[in-house]
Amino acid sequence: MANITVNLKVWRQAGPKEPGQFKTYTVATDTDTSFLETLDILNEQLVEQGEEPIVFDHDCREGICGMCSLYINGHPHGPATGATTCQLYMRRFKDGETITVEPWRSAAFPVIKDLMVDRNAFDKIQQAGGYVSFNCGGAQDANALPISKESADLAMDAATCIGCGACVAACKNGSAMLFVSAKVSQFALLPQGQVERARRARAMVKKMDELGFGNCTNTGACASECPKNISLSNIARLNREFLKAKIKE
Amino acid sequence: MAEIKNITVDSKIPEGPVAEKWTNYKAHQKLVNPANKRRLDIIVVGTGLAGASAASTLAEMGFNVLNFCIQDSPRRAHSIAAQGGINAAKNYQNDGDSVYRLFYDTVKGGDYRAREANVYRLAEVSNNIIDQCVAQGVPFAREYGGLLANRSFGGAQVSRTFYAKGQTGQQLLLGAYSSLNRQIELGKVKSYNRYEMHDVVMIDGRARGIIAKNLVTGKFERFAAHAVVIATGGYGNAYFLSTNAMGCNCSAAMACYRKGAWFANPAYVQIHPTCIPVHGDKQSKLTLMSESLRNDGRIWVPKKLEDAKRLQEGTLKGSQIPEEDRDYYLERRYPAFGNLVPRDVASRAAKERCDKGFGVNNTGLAVFLDFSEAINRLGKDAVAQRYGNLFDMYEEITDVSPYEEPMMIFPAIHYTMGGIWVDYELQTSIKGLFAIGECNFSDHGANRLGASALMQGLADGYFVLPYTIQNYLSDQITVPHFQTDTPEFDEAEKQCIAAEQALLDIKGKRSVDSIHKELGHILWDFVGMARSKESLESALKSLKDLRKEFETNLFVPGVAGDGMNVELDKAFRLKDFITMGELIAYDALNRNESCGGHFREEYQTEEGEAKRDDANYFYVSCWNYEGSDEKEPTLIKEPLEYEAIKVQTRNYKS
Repeated sequence: MANITVNLKVWRQAGPKEPGQFKTYTVATDTDTSFLETLDILNEQLVEQGEEPIVFDHDCREGICGMCSLYINGHPHGPATGATTCQLYMRRFKDGETITVEPWRSAAFPVIKDLMVDRNAFDKIQQAGGYVSFNCGGAQDANALPISKESADLAMDAATCIGCGACVAACKNGSAMLFVSAKVSQFALLPQGQVERARRARAMVKKMDELGFGNCTNTGACASECPKNISLSNIARLNREFLKAKIKE
Repeated sequence: MAEIKNITVDSKIPEGPVAEKWTNYKAHQKLVNPANKRRLDIIVVGTGLAGASAASTLAEMGFNVLNFCIQDSPRRAHSIAAQGGINAAKNYQNDGDSVYRLFYDTVKGGDYRAREANVYRLAEVSNNIIDQCVAQGVPFAREYGGLLANRSFGGAQVSRTFYAKGQTGQQLLLGAYSSLNRQIELGKVKSYNRYEMHDVVMIDGRARGIIAKNLVTGKFERFAAHAVVIATGGYGNAYFLSTNAMGCNCSAAMACYRKGAWFANPAYVQIHPTCIPVHGDKQSKLTLMSESLRNDGRIWVPKKLEDAKRLQEGTLKGSQIPEEDRDYYLERRYPAFGNLVPRDVASRAAKERCDKGFGVNNTGLAVFLDFSEAINRLGKDAVAQRYGNLFDMYEEITDVSPYEEPMMIFPAIHYTMGGIWVDYELQTSIKGLFAIGECNFSDHGANRLGASALMQGLADGYFVLPYTIQNYLSDQITVPHFQTDTPEFDEAEKQCIAAEQALLDIKGKRSVDSIHKELGHILWDFVGMARSKESLESALKSLKDLRKEFETNLFVPGVAGDGMNVELDKAFRLKDFITMGELIAYDALNRNESCGGHFREEYQTEEGEAKRDDANYFYVSCWNYEGSDEKEPTLIKEPLEYEAIKVQTRNYKS
């Protein structure tokens, strides 16, 4: 462990309609401390000085709830690959380094305050069709329907999406294709998802378009920045699913 | 402590043999017909496994549901972080499992302090949960033949745990969230994100609504319903450092407690044996390493004190210690269960070794969890396939690869078995107020077995509450929708505003977190893994001083009702954590025995095992609020009655 001091250049914005600006703070931390814990230290200092602490989303701090966001030095969730912001440790940074911290920037994710954005659009896309229409009770025995390990594993890989929005933040078009494709793929790969397969693809894509997400131009930025390594092949699958659904229409 | 003796606790356990109680109950309970369900509103606070599954199922049945969460989306509730798996008595592995065996293991694992009838029902519906989740499209792990795979967890001699990589909680929660989304789309659930419950509103002695704070606007809002369900999780964050998410809190439960809902068994706190050790004072939370790792990982410390000393100094590595100098203390002490003993047993055994000086890191508070034997037996690839994501997580945090060096682990606060008291119907001691999931107390006794939290959350939400709540609602069908402009709502909101203003008016010098950390130290040191009369009395005194410090020296920036104020929200929760801490200490002081997660140093066998006192403590402690946080609560006892299981000393040795 080594003690280090870093400069945090942080986006401050009082509210959705207020203009924002960068403000730079110096904070002493150490290499075994996480990035969010370093923000905690800074916030303690700000509170002690009677200033408003920096608002940012975070919760589980173990990389699974999808609540933390932050665009750090030009990367969603910072420089580490396959990890969320809360899993980022200060040993990734150098003593004296200036670290730029911004919120997700996308028309579909308006800023609420400082680094916190409104990702309700993701919930709305899921509500449009991200489920198997099935009421509790009356399910058949879980082993009555064998599912090949390959399909189950692929479905699991897609289902690992944590809905953080890094894919949208990484995309120059602000497209939500990786997010939508993960859910569509999970169900397309499983027998339980077959009945509503076409309807689901149509409904989720339609909702995504309505909510102001951009178009996909296959740059692959989303997949390379995804903290859960959701594969770009899911987008290819979504395109096939959507096309098939449209033809059926 | 004062005891109220003239109250008979009615836990509403149905008649008949334990295996028939739930069937009998369902056959004779009152139901609400479909047309009348449309006339009834239900508030569900929380969107974890219990809350989301209850909200969606109630809506599927036809009730109007209002569903609240403090996060930005229902999908983020902390159930999502559960790693290892979910138990069910399917017996797919043909290893002798049955509903009775799951029931028995759970009661025994809970050190004979759970309610027998509730646990049997839990085991009974466990199989339905797996069916339900598979039908939702939850991608559980499968064998090459296409059938579901299982693994083993602590406290069981069968493989009954279903899993989805190391992300079972995530997949189950996303399953419940998908059902919830369908009901939101259909208009049957109204979803309120970034809302925090501050109070429960009582009308004529019944719970009829809540006051919730919109965390974005900072304003209080009123919500009315025919019944209120809280599914707001446990109180582990009272200890500051725990495996809970940062936002997990007990304020909704405390609001219910202050309105008269009894709080049961608060002393039963689960300390999970396999967490990444504390590394410094800047740390905000502790990270769990799944119990599933104990399937293949072996726990040890050095046999020789001089080796331990060199490990602590950093001049020796675990991998350099030869096999014959390693003490696999769980395998040594508990040959029958070995590394898969229940969590309370494993945690205490780790503490015992570290207290004797055998700790393996610089603080002396860590033991090894070693995969070298598994890597030799199965190959690195097979181990990576099973635990790869956990290994990566460990390496990211500690900068050490578990493939090369044994993991270092230490016990940490993880789960709370205690909670709001509920009867068999999951109704609290307040009419119309229900509590489900971790926030109630009912199924785990003094210690919860691994992979049983997911089971209980989903059992309550999918298969129990949606039935039992109808027994309450059946005579409410003529009660019209409530208005929120009544004197009861006026008064409740007024009090919420005043309580918040009081926090802002302190204008002291200390931040919320600095006081919270102090609270955590008091609780961990004196109300933690080992407790004594002396430590608990000293904790109660320190907590009294800490409350004073909080009330006179706290600083919260900003003004009330003016947008988001994270510090103010944390201060509101901390006030309740202090009261909760006292409640844990009172209960621990009253319970002059050791059982499960509650270990009193005065009550142990010569071998250091927990010593129960069934003659005097075979009851649920229900704590009743006495009108002020500063007053000692009073105790009400619910005697436990076992018909099916013979109460005996837990044995994991043979």
